[in-house]
Amino acid sequence: MSQTATMTGSAPATSGNAATDPRGPRPKPFFTPKKIMIYTTLIFFALYFLFPLYVMVVTSLKTMPEIRFGNIFALPSAPSFDAWVKAWTSACTGLTCNGLSPGFWNSVKITIPSTIVSIFIAAVNGYALVNWRFKGSEIFFAVLIFGSFIPYQVMLYPLVMLTRGMGIFGSLQAVIVIHTIFGMPILTLLFRNYFASLPQELFKAARVDGAGFWRIFFEIMLPMSLPIFVVALILQITGIWNDFLFGVVFAGPQNYPMTVQLNNIVNSAQGTPEYNVNMAATVLTGLVPLIIYFVSGKLFVRGVAAGAVKG
Amino acid sequence: MQPSVSIKDLSLNFGNVKVLERLNLDIAQGEFIVLLGPSGCGKSTLLNCIAGLLDVSDGQIFINGKNVTWEEPKDRGIGMVFQSYALYPQMTVERNLSFGLRVSGMAKDEIARRVARAAEILQIQPLLGRKPANLSGGQRQRVAIGRALVRDVDVFLFDEPLSNLDAKLRSDLRVEIKRLHARLKNTMIYVTHDQIEALTLADRIAIMKNGVIQQLADPHTIYNKPVNLYVAGFIGSPSMNFINGSLDGATFTADDGTKIPVGAYDFAAQRGAATKAVLGVRPEHILLGDAAQGMPFQTQAEIEIVEPMGSETLAWTKVAGIPVTFRCSSDIPLHAGDKVTVGFDIARGSLFDAQSESRL
Repeated sequence: MSQTATMTGSAPATSGNAATDPRGPRPKPFFTPKKIMIYTTLIFFALYFLFPLYVMVVTSLKTMPEIRFGNIFALPSAPSFDAWVKAWTSACTGLTCNGLSPGFWNSVKITIPSTIVSIFIAAVNGYALVNWRFKGSEIFFAVLIFGSFIPYQVMLYPLVMLTRGMGIFGSLQAVIVIHTIFGMPILTLLFRNYFASLPQELFKAARVDGAGFWRIFFEIMLPMSLPIFVVALILQITGIWNDFLFGVVFAGPQNYPMTVQLNNIVNSAQGTPEYNVNMAATVLTGLVPLIIYFVSGKLFVRGVAAGAVKG
Repeated sequence: MQPSVSIKDLSLNFGNVKVLERLNLDIAQGEFIVLLGPSGCGKSTLLNCIAGLLDVSDGQIFINGKNVTWEEPKDRGIGMVFQSYALYPQMTVERNLSFGLRVSGMAKDEIARRVARAAEILQIQPLLGRKPANLSGGQRQRVAIGRALVRDVDVFLFDEPLSNLDAKLRSDLRVEIKRLHARLKNTMIYVTHDQIEALTLADRIAIMKNGVIQQLADPHTIYNKPVNLYVAGFIGSPSMNFINGSLDGATFTADDGTKIPVGAYDFAAQRGAATKAVLGVRPEHILLGDAAQGMPFQTQAEIEIVEPMGSETLAWTKVAGIPVTFRCSSDIPLHAGDKVTVGFDIARGSLFDAQSESRL
C-alpha cells in the first residue's frame, strides 16, 4: 500500500501530520528569552546615555525662572532659543562678551590644518614603513608607538620652551604643530596596519610597472585607502576639536579654541549661573564631533579593495 | 647562443635563514622553465630575485647578457604575473594594462596600439572598460597576463598564476599559456607547486627543495629518471611505490626477504658490494594479468581497495609486505579481495641508494 502511495506522489506512509511536520526553513520566533535579554539591555543603556543629552537640550530651551522651578526632566513650557543665541553671540568668556562664535572659528582654524597635515604625513609614514622597509624601520616604528604612551603633561613644559624658541608660542601655528606631532603615533600605526593588510603583490606589480615611491602612493595606494582615511578623519577632527589642554597652553587668549571658551562660560564665578546658556553652549561645542559621526558613518565604503585580489 | 636568463651563485638570506644557497641556473632564449617545489622551497623567492623585487645576498643575475643584479625591476626587461593577479582595483582594465607604459612616458598612440594588441591576443577587448571587481577569476588572470604582455619584454615571470582558479578554468588557462608561449616565443619562468602544470607546460623543470635545485631536466626525464628519492616521490600522482631492501649484484632483496631480480635495470654506473637500497616503481609500471607474464618479477597479490577514476582504475594491494598502488585500465573488472598476479616492469623502475638517496 505504501508503495502505491509513493508512486502516486502523495505523502509517505511514515509521516504523522503533514501540516505540523518540520519542513522548509526553521521558524524563528521574535520573542525568545535571548532576544528579550539583548534588547532590554540595549534599550536600558541607550536610555542611560541619552538621558543627559535630553536634559541638556530641554534645559537650554527653558527660561531661568522655569529652571529654578526644579523639574529638570519636564519639557519646556514655552521653548525659546534665546539661550542659544546668547551662548553664540554674547555670553561672557572671561573678559570679553562675544559668546562662543570666535572660539568656534578658532577651533576651525586649528582643526582643519592639523587634521590635513597630520593625516597626510601619517599616511606617507605608514606606506613607507610597510612597503619601503629601510634599515632600522622597525626600530623607528617602535619608537613612534612608544611615543603614544607618554603622558602629554610630561612634555608640556619642554614643548612650551620649544615653541617659544621657534617664536610661535601663543599662536595658532603652535597649536597646529603640536596637534600634528601628537597625532603621529596613533595615525601612523593606523595607516601602517591598513597598508600592511593590502595585498603586497599590488605593490610589487607597480614596481615592475616602473612606478616610484610617490607614484605608487598617489595612484595605487591612496585610491584604495578611503576607509582608513575616514577613520583617521574622525579620530583627528573629534580629538583636536575636543582638545582643551594644548589649546589653553599654546594658543594664547585671542586664539582660544571653543572648548576653552566653553569652560570660561560655564566656570564663570560672577553672577548667577545661567544654566540654559551653559547647556546651549555645551551642546553647540559638541555639535561638530556629533555631526562628523553621523555624516561619516555613511562614508565607510566597504570593498574598495574588492577585485584587486582573488575572490 | 647566449642564455636569456643566467643566475650565478645566487644566495639569499633572511637574517640567519638561508633561503637560497649558491644557486646556478641558465635559461635558454625562448625556453619555458618551471620552478616546481613545495611551499617554502624558495621558488617564489628565486622568481622575486630575478624580478628585482628582492635584494640578493650574493651572486649575480644576467638577463640577455646584461648584469641586472642591481637594476630596478622596470629596467630588467621582465613582465610579471602574480598569483593574486594584483590588478589595480580603481583602474579600468584598459588603464591597468597601460599603467606601466604611462609611467614610462610612452606616446599615447603607441600605448593604444600595444593595449589593442594585447587585448586581441588575450581576447579581452570587450572587458577594457570594466573595473577588476566586475571580472571573473579567469578574466582577471588574463588581464594580469596582458599587463606583462604590453611591456613587450623578453622574459615573462609567472608566480603561481593559476593557483586561485577552480580546476576547470585552471586547465583551460594552462593550455592558453602554452599557446601564448608558442605564439610569442618569449622566455618564460613559471613558478608552481602543481606538478601537472609543470609537466604539461615546461621545456625543462627545476625541482627545488630547501633553496636548492634537485634536478633540472625535461619533464620526461624528470618523470622517468628522477635523480633522487625526493624528486621521485614528489613527481607523480599517485606517487611512486617505494620498497626498502638491499641490493646485491642483480638481485634486490626486500626487507621481508622477497627477492626481486633487477637485471633489466639500467644502472648509471657499475656497482660493487651489496648496499642498502630503495626500489621505486610507478603505479603504471606494475602490470596485471597477461602483461605481467613477461616481467622479470611477478607475484600474487590481493586487492585491498579499488578506486575507479573513470579512464583508469587505481588499486591498492600489498607486495613484499608494503602497501603498493597500481594503475590499470578501467576495462579490467577488479574488486576488493580479488587475487591477481602483478608484475614489475623493472626496466622502467628506479633504484636509489638508501644512504645518499641518489639514483643508482
